[in-house]
Amino acid sequence: MTLESPNGQVITGSVRLVHAAGMHARPAVKLTKLAKRFQAQISIRASNAAEWINAKSVAKVMALRAARDSIIEIKASGEDAEGAVAALVDLVAADFPDNAS
Amino acid sequence: MTDTVGIVIVSHSKDIAKGTADMVRQMVGSEVKVAFCGGNPDGGLGTNVPLIIEAINKVWSPKGVAILVDLGGAETNSEMAVEMLQPDRRDRVVVCNAPIVEGAVMAATEAAGGSSLEQVRAVAEELSAA
Repeated sequence: MTLESPNGQVITGSVRLVHAAGMHARPAVKLTKLAKRFQAQISIRASNAAEWINAKSVAKVMALRAARDSIIEIKASGEDAEGAVAALVDLVAADFPDNAS
Repeated sequence: MTDTVGIVIVSHSKDIAKGTADMVRQMVGSEVKVAFCGGNPDGGLGTNVPLIIEAINKVWSPKGVAILVDLGGAETNSEMAVEMLQPDRRDRVVVCNAPIVEGAVMAATEAAGGSSLEQVRAVAEELSAA
Protein backbone atom coordinates (compact mmCIF):
# COMPACT_ATOMS: atom_id res chain seq x y z
CA MET A 1 0.00 0.00 0.00
CA THR A 2 1.28 3.41 -0.86
CA LEU A 3 0.71 6.19 1.58
CA GLU A 4 1.76 9.18 -0.45
CA SER A 5 -0.94 11.82 -0.43
CA PRO A 6 -1.32 13.98 -3.54
CA ASN A 7 1.12 16.51 -2.15
CA GLY A 8 3.36 13.72 -0.91
CA GLN A 9 2.98 14.64 2.71
CA VAL A 10 3.02 11.85 5.24
CA ILE A 11 2.37 12.68 8.88
CA THR A 12 4.01 10.40 11.41
CA GLY A 13 3.86 9.94 15.16
CA SER A 14 4.89 7.41 17.75
CA VAL A 15 3.73 6.55 21.22
CA ARG A 16 4.52 4.02 23.92
CA LEU A 17 1.89 1.40 24.60
CA VAL A 18 1.22 1.64 28.33
CA HIS A 19 -1.72 -0.73 28.43
CA ALA A 20 -1.04 -3.50 30.93
CA ALA A 21 -2.11 -6.27 28.60
CA GLY A 22 -0.64 -4.81 25.42
CA MET A 23 -2.67 -4.42 22.24
CA HIS A 24 -5.41 -6.94 22.92
CA ALA A 25 -8.96 -7.01 21.68
CA ARG A 26 -10.58 -4.06 23.39
CA PRO A 27 -7.84 -1.50 22.65
CA ALA A 28 -7.74 -2.77 19.07
CA VAL A 29 -11.44 -2.10 18.65
CA LYS A 30 -11.07 1.41 20.07
CA LEU A 31 -8.09 2.23 17.88
CA THR A 32 -9.84 0.98 14.75
CA LYS A 33 -13.04 2.86 15.50
CA LEU A 34 -11.14 6.09 16.02
CA ALA A 35 -9.07 5.60 12.87
CA LYS A 36 -12.24 5.13 10.85
CA ARG A 37 -13.46 8.60 11.75
CA PHE A 38 -10.75 10.07 9.55
CA GLN A 39 -10.58 10.18 5.79
CA ALA A 40 -6.81 9.82 5.79
CA GLN A 41 -5.06 6.58 5.00
CA ILE A 42 -3.59 5.48 8.31
CA SER A 43 -1.04 2.76 8.99
CA ILE A 44 0.50 1.55 12.21
CA ARG A 45 3.27 -0.79 13.22
CA ALA A 46 4.73 -1.94 16.50
CA SER A 47 8.37 -1.78 17.52
CA ASN A 48 9.88 -1.36 14.09
CA ALA A 49 8.13 -4.32 12.55
CA ALA A 50 8.85 -4.58 8.85
CA GLU A 51 5.23 -4.34 7.88
CA TRP A 52 2.84 -1.45 8.26
CA ILE A 53 -0.77 -2.45 8.71
CA ASN A 54 -4.00 -0.63 7.96
CA ALA A 55 -5.18 1.02 11.19
CA LYS A 56 -8.78 0.75 10.01
CA SER A 57 -8.70 -3.05 9.84
CA VAL A 58 -9.70 -4.41 13.23
CA ALA A 59 -8.55 -7.94 12.36
CA LYS A 60 -5.07 -6.69 11.49
CA VAL A 61 -4.79 -4.38 14.49
CA MET A 62 -5.75 -7.23 16.83
CA ALA A 63 -3.22 -9.45 15.14
CA LEU A 64 -0.45 -6.96 15.96
CA ARG A 65 -0.13 -8.53 19.41
CA ALA A 66 1.99 -5.61 20.51
CA ALA A 67 3.27 -6.06 24.04
CA ARG A 68 3.22 -3.51 26.81
CA ASP A 69 5.90 -0.84 26.43
CA SER A 70 6.29 -1.40 22.72
CA ILE A 71 6.40 1.71 20.60
CA ILE A 72 3.48 2.12 18.24
CA GLU A 73 4.32 4.12 15.15
CA ILE A 74 1.56 5.78 13.22
CA LYS A 75 1.68 7.32 9.78
CA ALA A 76 -1.08 8.93 7.82
CA SER A 77 -1.63 10.78 4.59
CA GLY A 78 -4.58 12.73 3.32
CA GLU A 79 -6.49 15.83 4.24
CA ASP A 80 -7.02 15.14 7.93
CA ALA A 81 -3.82 13.13 8.45
CA GLU A 82 -2.50 15.49 11.08
CA GLY A 83 -5.63 15.26 13.21
CA ALA A 84 -5.71 11.49 12.77
CA VAL A 85 -2.16 10.97 14.01
CA ALA A 86 -2.71 13.33 16.95
CA ALA A 87 -5.95 11.61 17.96
CA LEU A 88 -4.47 8.12 17.76
CA VAL A 89 -1.35 9.10 19.71
CA ASP A 90 -3.62 10.60 22.39
CA LEU A 91 -5.73 7.46 22.54
CA VAL A 92 -2.76 5.17 23.07
CA ALA A 93 -0.98 7.56 25.45
CA ALA A 94 -4.14 7.90 27.55
CA ASP A 95 -4.38 4.10 27.72
CA PHE A 96 -7.57 3.76 25.69
CA PRO A 97 -10.04 5.55 27.97
CA ASP A 98 -13.66 4.46 27.71
CA ASN A 99 -14.98 7.85 26.70
CA ALA A 100 -12.75 7.90 23.63
CA SER A 101 -14.92 5.60 21.61
CA MET B 1 -25.02 9.38 13.63
CA THR B 2 -26.01 7.80 10.36
CA ASP B 3 -27.54 4.35 10.15
CA THR B 4 -25.33 1.40 10.87
CA VAL B 5 -25.63 -2.21 9.79
CA GLY B 6 -27.45 -4.27 12.44
CA ILE B 7 -25.92 -7.44 13.88
CA VAL B 8 -27.78 -10.65 14.72
CA ILE B 9 -26.14 -13.50 16.63
CA VAL B 10 -27.61 -16.98 16.24
CA SER B 11 -26.24 -19.80 18.38
CA HIS B 12 -27.59 -23.17 19.43
CA SER B 13 -27.07 -21.99 22.99
CA LYS B 14 -28.86 -18.96 24.36
CA ASP B 15 -25.98 -18.40 26.77
CA ILE B 16 -23.45 -18.24 23.95
CA ALA B 17 -25.66 -15.93 21.93
CA LYS B 18 -26.20 -13.63 24.89
CA GLY B 19 -22.53 -13.70 25.90
CA THR B 20 -21.46 -12.83 22.38
CA ALA B 21 -23.92 -9.93 22.27
CA ASP B 22 -22.59 -8.71 25.63
CA MET B 23 -19.04 -8.76 24.29
CA VAL B 24 -20.06 -6.73 21.27
CA ARG B 25 -21.85 -4.14 23.39
CA GLN B 26 -18.98 -3.81 25.83
CA MET B 27 -16.15 -3.82 23.32
CA VAL B 28 -17.67 -1.88 20.48
CA GLY B 29 -20.33 0.21 22.16
CA SER B 30 -24.00 0.88 21.85
CA GLU B 31 -24.11 2.66 18.49
CA VAL B 32 -24.51 -0.67 16.69
CA LYS B 33 -27.76 -2.51 17.22
CA VAL B 34 -27.27 -6.13 18.27
CA ALA B 35 -29.89 -8.83 18.71
CA PHE B 36 -29.36 -12.45 19.61
CA CYS B 37 -31.28 -15.69 19.78
CA GLY B 38 -30.40 -19.21 20.74
CA GLY B 39 -31.96 -22.40 21.98
CA ASN B 40 -35.26 -23.98 21.08
CA PRO B 41 -38.61 -22.93 22.62
CA ASP B 42 -38.35 -25.75 25.19
CA GLY B 43 -35.18 -24.28 26.61
CA GLY B 44 -32.87 -26.86 25.05
CA LEU B 45 -30.14 -26.41 22.46
CA GLY B 46 -31.19 -25.47 18.97
CA THR B 47 -32.13 -22.63 16.71
CA ASN B 48 -35.56 -21.45 15.76
CA VAL B 49 -36.63 -19.69 12.56
CA PRO B 50 -39.32 -17.41 14.04
CA LEU B 51 -36.89 -16.21 16.73
CA ILE B 52 -34.27 -15.45 14.09
CA ILE B 53 -36.80 -13.46 12.06
CA GLU B 54 -37.77 -11.54 15.18
CA ALA B 55 -34.11 -10.75 15.90
CA ILE B 56 -33.51 -9.52 12.34
CA ASN B 57 -36.52 -7.24 12.46
CA LYS B 58 -35.51 -5.95 15.88
CA VAL B 59 -32.18 -4.55 14.61
CA TRP B 60 -33.42 -3.70 11.14
CA SER B 61 -31.57 -0.85 9.45
CA PRO B 62 -31.83 0.48 5.89
CA LYS B 63 -28.15 -0.45 5.63
CA GLY B 64 -28.99 -4.08 6.25
CA VAL B 65 -28.29 -6.77 8.80
CA ALA B 66 -25.33 -9.15 9.18
CA ILE B 67 -25.97 -12.51 10.87
CA LEU B 68 -23.27 -14.45 12.71
CA VAL B 69 -23.96 -18.13 13.35
CA ASP B 70 -22.34 -21.09 15.04
CA LEU B 71 -22.90 -24.62 13.72
CA GLY B 72 -24.94 -26.30 10.98
CA GLY B 73 -28.58 -25.65 11.83
CA ALA B 74 -27.88 -22.09 12.88
CA GLU B 75 -26.78 -21.38 9.34
CA THR B 76 -29.56 -23.23 7.53
CA ASN B 77 -32.25 -21.82 9.83
CA SER B 78 -30.82 -18.32 9.39
CA GLU B 79 -30.97 -18.74 5.63
CA MET B 80 -34.55 -19.92 5.96
CA ALA B 81 -35.37 -16.92 8.14
CA VAL B 82 -33.93 -14.59 5.49
CA GLU B 83 -36.10 -16.27 2.84
CA MET B 84 -39.18 -15.64 4.96
CA LEU B 85 -38.57 -11.93 5.48
CA GLN B 86 -40.68 -9.42 3.65
CA PRO B 87 -39.36 -9.20 0.07
CA ASP B 88 -37.79 -5.74 0.31
CA ARG B 89 -35.67 -6.83 3.28
CA ARG B 90 -34.36 -10.16 1.98
CA ASP B 91 -31.65 -8.65 -0.16
CA ARG B 92 -30.29 -6.59 2.69
CA VAL B 93 -29.47 -9.47 5.04
CA VAL B 94 -26.39 -11.70 4.85
CA VAL B 95 -25.20 -14.71 6.81
CA CYS B 96 -21.46 -14.28 7.39
CA ASN B 97 -19.04 -17.14 7.01
CA ALA B 98 -17.07 -16.30 10.15
CA PRO B 99 -16.46 -17.54 13.69
CA ILE B 100 -19.38 -16.36 15.80
CA VAL B 101 -17.62 -14.41 18.57
CA GLU B 102 -14.71 -12.94 16.66
CA GLY B 103 -16.87 -12.31 13.62
CA ALA B 104 -19.49 -10.48 15.67
CA VAL B 105 -16.95 -8.18 17.31
CA MET B 106 -15.22 -7.39 14.03
CA ALA B 107 -18.44 -6.96 12.08
CA ALA B 108 -19.77 -4.60 14.74
CA THR B 109 -16.52 -2.62 14.79
CA GLU B 110 -16.77 -2.16 11.04
CA ALA B 111 -20.48 -1.35 11.25
CA ALA B 112 -19.86 1.31 13.91
CA GLY B 113 -17.97 3.40 11.37
CA GLY B 114 -21.01 3.48 9.10
CA SER B 115 -19.70 0.91 6.61
CA SER B 116 -21.91 -0.82 4.07
CA LEU B 117 -23.26 -4.35 4.55
CA GLU B 118 -20.74 -5.65 1.99
CA GLN B 119 -17.83 -4.09 3.89
CA VAL B 120 -19.09 -5.42 7.21
CA ARG B 121 -19.39 -8.92 5.78
CA ALA B 122 -15.93 -8.73 4.20
CA VAL B 123 -14.32 -7.75 7.51
CA ALA B 124 -16.05 -10.57 9.40
CA GLU B 125 -15.05 -13.07 6.72
CA GLU B 126 -11.44 -11.86 6.65
CA LEU B 127 -10.97 -14.16 9.64
CA SER B 128 -11.82 -17.31 7.74
CA ALA B 129 -9.87 -16.31 4.65
CA ALA B 130 -6.52 -16.50 6.44
